[in-house]
Amino acid sequence: MKKAVIALAAATALAAGAAQAFADPVKVGMITTLSGGGASLGIDVRDGFELALKQSGRDDIELIIEDDARKPDLAVQLSDKLIQSDKVDVMTGIIWSNLAMAVIPGAVAQDKIYLSPNAGPSALAGAGCNENYFNVAWQNDNLHEAMGAHASSAGYEKAFILAPNYPAGQDALTGFKRFFKGEIANELYTKLGQTDYAAEIAEIRASGADSVFFFLPGGMGIAFMKQYAGAGVDVPLLGPAFSFDQAILQAVGDAALGVKNTSQWSKDLDNETNKAFVESFQAEYDRLPSLYASQGFDTANLLISAMDAASISDKDAFRAALKAANFKSTRGDFKFGPNNHPIQDIYVREVIKEGDVFTNKLVGVALEDHADAYAADCKM
Amino acid sequence: MSIALFLEQILNGLQLGVTLFLMAAGLTLIFGVMGLINLAHGSLFMVGGFVCAAIAAATGSFWLGLAASLVAAAALGAIVEIVVIRRLYDRDHLDQVLATFALVLMFSEGVRFIFGSFPLYLDPPEMLAGPITLPGGLPYPAYRLAIILAGLLIAVGLGLLISRTRLGMQIRAGESDREMIAALGVDIRFLYTVVFALGAALAGFAGAMIGAIQSVQVGMGEPVLILAFVVIVIGGIGSIRGALVAALIVGIVDTMGRFLLPSLLANVMEASAARGVGSAIASMLIYLLMAVVLVFKPKGLFPANA
Repeated sequence: MKKAVIALAAATALAAGAAQAFADPVKVGMITTLSGGGASLGIDVRDGFELALKQSGRDDIELIIEDDARKPDLAVQLSDKLIQSDKVDVMTGIIWSNLAMAVIPGAVAQDKIYLSPNAGPSALAGAGCNENYFNVAWQNDNLHEAMGAHASSAGYEKAFILAPNYPAGQDALTGFKRFFKGEIANELYTKLGQTDYAAEIAEIRASGADSVFFFLPGGMGIAFMKQYAGAGVDVPLLGPAFSFDQAILQAVGDAALGVKNTSQWSKDLDNETNKAFVESFQAEYDRLPSLYASQGFDTANLLISAMDAASISDKDAFRAALKAANFKSTRGDFKFGPNNHPIQDIYVREVIKEGDVFTNKLVGVALEDHADAYAADCKM
Repeated sequence: MSIALFLEQILNGLQLGVTLFLMAAGLTLIFGVMGLINLAHGSLFMVGGFVCAAIAAATGSFWLGLAASLVAAAALGAIVEIVVIRRLYDRDHLDQVLATFALVLMFSEGVRFIFGSFPLYLDPPEMLAGPITLPGGLPYPAYRLAIILAGLLIAVGLGLLISRTRLGMQIRAGESDREMIAALGVDIRFLYTVVFALGAALAGFAGAMIGAIQSVQVGMGEPVLILAFVVIVIGGIGSIRGALVAALIVGIVDTMGRFLLPSLLANVMEASAARGVGSAIASMLIYLLMAVVLVFKPKGLFPANA
């Protein structure tokens, strides 16, 4: 019996080895934000991605990393360089939706596979979907829709909502309103990169709203929450996880404690892959992973799973292998919908303090097996 | 819309104006005295924020951090002047822009190298943390009031320094004729270093004060720098008084535009379109203001050498 098991194991190992030996090497071009205001997001995506590659121990993936500094024109130049002179097979990395809209349509039209670890603009999920474009994070509206649903079930009836004036900001407020049953007290678009929110906070105070929904990623969220706390307005804050990631929480401090936010991932999600991920990320980089890091990690593992099943030179088979999403996600269950966007659970988290570190804990599920609203418009 | 909300927005505009003044004062002083366009001014703002955050985290005292940021920015300003800027006075503005832009990149990467890419934690001091109630029952953040007060005090102080002291006299003389003042035996090189360090200290102070209510991160200086340039162009390049007036106008126009435009436009178009158009126009408003001022007063509101 024991012999048979060993023989079987050896055969499996051989078979796996053989499959890998036949797979062609894959060249991956990552354009992400590593400098300027949004750098912490890009760094987390990159670190998560690299961690997964390291753990896989593979030497047939070549990763080229470029910094877009959150500038759309620069991202387009880098994308041309990666496609024309580096001749990459797969592209990934973009954080911001305005950059995504500048790069992705061109890249997928040139038959490059694009795996989005973050940005999921609505324009690429519906009529603008593409068989070469896979979103491994979420469609932009998703987390906001979940917060709309949660706000209604928590009994809020009059929400003040605000977001920056760019594609993801518009998707955010649309998403929230799609699932929020109450009344909207006021709806504000701020400037992307705005750092002073005194005027907006004064309007919140005067509006008579019973809740504030805000989507302000990166430094904008830090500025807003500190100023909100200083103004002494006691209307509860609600938001997507982007306003409450690990980097933001440490900079905001006590002002964020107790705030509810929605996320497709949390560091205390109870599955083996996630536990191992959180532990190894901390060991490798000496900080807690954020949702962006989990997205980068999942993106790399999706790519690896497809490489195990098909060769990059056979694009149809490779796309089918990606679509199967046969990898262990840090989110637990993960599958793609008809428009190559995730169908997944979205959770409610609460900001807590663990020792000296601010972080999130799970408190419930906002939406189960949630797909996006644009899939029906997608014809592939 | 209530009167209280309107007054609160005026105060917010005033506070934004005062912070812009802190940045613009140093910039316009350096331009007025030395004829130098200094893009690295935003980097000194950033250094002020980071030093304040680091010292406040180490000692637990915001005030020590604030003092340290003043000293650090002034010292850094003096070093930069002696090592780099001194060689640029006789060059044309394009060379100055190129050299100081290189400084911006070096400071950004340097700060990233030392502190990392993640934003730092910096909160206002405990005693100014919450809101206080103004006469008339209007709650307003104490820290923002402190910023307004500090900015106005510095404006008065700068005015006195320039109009009443020996150093101020030399600065004014340097502005009008640098050869003559050198011929009269004033050490013009030392004077330039002092002026540059003073401008840097103002930027560092602004960075520390603003860092506490915004996000202390690499690149925090650039958006403020652009606004500060708008301010000194409107105010008249080289004029401290012009910088103060223009900063207050820009602060109030920007804040009131963000606040009033969407609801004003809602009277003439559909609500959701009004919001989009309103916020888009609001973000352009100060540039429109600058264009209008330049049409009627090409040298700004208070031309320095009129």
